[in-house]
Amino acid sequence: MTVLVFTLLVFASSSAAGLLGALTGLGGGVVLVPLLTLVFHVDIRYAIGASLISVIATSSGAAAAYVREGFSSVRIGMFLEVATTLGALLGAYLAAKVPTRALAILFGGVLLYSAWLSWRSRRSPHVDAAVDNPASDKLKLSGSYPGPDGQKINYKVDRIPEGFAMMFGAGTLSGLLGIGSGAVKVLAMDRIMRIPFKVSTTTSNFMIGVTAAASAGIYLRRGYIDPALAAPVMLGVLFGAITGAKILSRARVSVLRTIFTFVILALGVEMIVNGWLGKI
Amino acid sequence: MMRFLLNDERMEQAMGILLRFGVVMASTVVLAGMAFYLQDHAHQSVDYRSFIAHPLTLAHKGQLIDGMSHGNAAAIIQVGILLLIATPVARVVFAVIAFLAERDRLYTAISAGVLAVLLYSLIYGK
Repeated sequence: MTVLVFTLLVFASSSAAGLLGALTGLGGGVVLVPLLTLVFHVDIRYAIGASLISVIATSSGAAAAYVREGFSSVRIGMFLEVATTLGALLGAYLAAKVPTRALAILFGGVLLYSAWLSWRSRRSPHVDAAVDNPASDKLKLSGSYPGPDGQKINYKVDRIPEGFAMMFGAGTLSGLLGIGSGAVKVLAMDRIMRIPFKVSTTTSNFMIGVTAAASAGIYLRRGYIDPALAAPVMLGVLFGAITGAKILSRARVSVLRTIFTFVILALGVEMIVNGWLGKI
Repeated sequence: MMRFLLNDERMEQAMGILLRFGVVMASTVVLAGMAFYLQDHAHQSVDYRSFIAHPLTLAHKGQLIDGMSHGNAAAIIQVGILLLIATPVARVVFAVIAFLAERDRLYTAISAGVLAVLLYSLIYGK
């Protein structure tokens, strides 16, 4: 394949990944790595490097739109970023120690888990529980967000040590696999710390870029980020994500989500099989 | 200058603008670099099957600037990628300044801690 054809194909498929990622809320990174390794036969380390760069681009690009709505919390984000950035350092360190086959199998596992989460979230509606946690006030994590009628809805943050620990895990996964691990971040905030869903998702998006930046320098130094590959991936994912955000209100997200769930399920199985057989 | 920061909501708005500005700058540079790269290498064949590390450190920025001035496409893309990585770092620097202006010691310390981790990884991390 020539560089021109390769670049155009990678750009097109990254756009599709970014588009689907934005429409389903799962992010593009999670399909990028299997796409690049399984379809384009790219070494998984280059794929992880390119994916990490695209994750920073989409997180930062979407941030302006999210903050305008006033849902995200700069304090919760900054507090939890202590855990995610430290985790990301550990993950990037481990990425060099772990054989690529094991990386592929682990990535497959993350895909299967994301598919399962995505499948479950269609049915179990989230319940907001008002809790009283003095540490939430002490750490200034309590806040409010605009409700449907414009009134302010107050919330507190619960189970802070557990949430903090899980964020460390999310950061490690992000550094190890070059993904945003948004699903784990939302899970930690929404399910464990009982932060309202809209605050969790928008704050998670804000945090992803900072988490990824903590391992990007290490990847750059190790040569995981190849400029000729990272360029079409980054631009493609960004283009797809912006387009996705624009058409979000018109799309039938539930159908898309079901399709996407099965796509990542299939990719997850393929990653595990290829990793197991040593083809990656 | 500091007065307009004294509010979490305004801080977030400014952070959002900062992030988007960084992404627009970075992608413009990467796009230009990619165009040059295609001009030079369009008909060569690709192989990403095997991993060959081309380490790049911030200490090599002299090399980068040299590469850019000679129209080296890969160096231009690298500069764009560095700009992109600098964007969330700039957001944390901004948070340190804004919390300092709010006279919020706890969150100034927390943001400074995050910044320290980021700088450590960018400068010393391997």
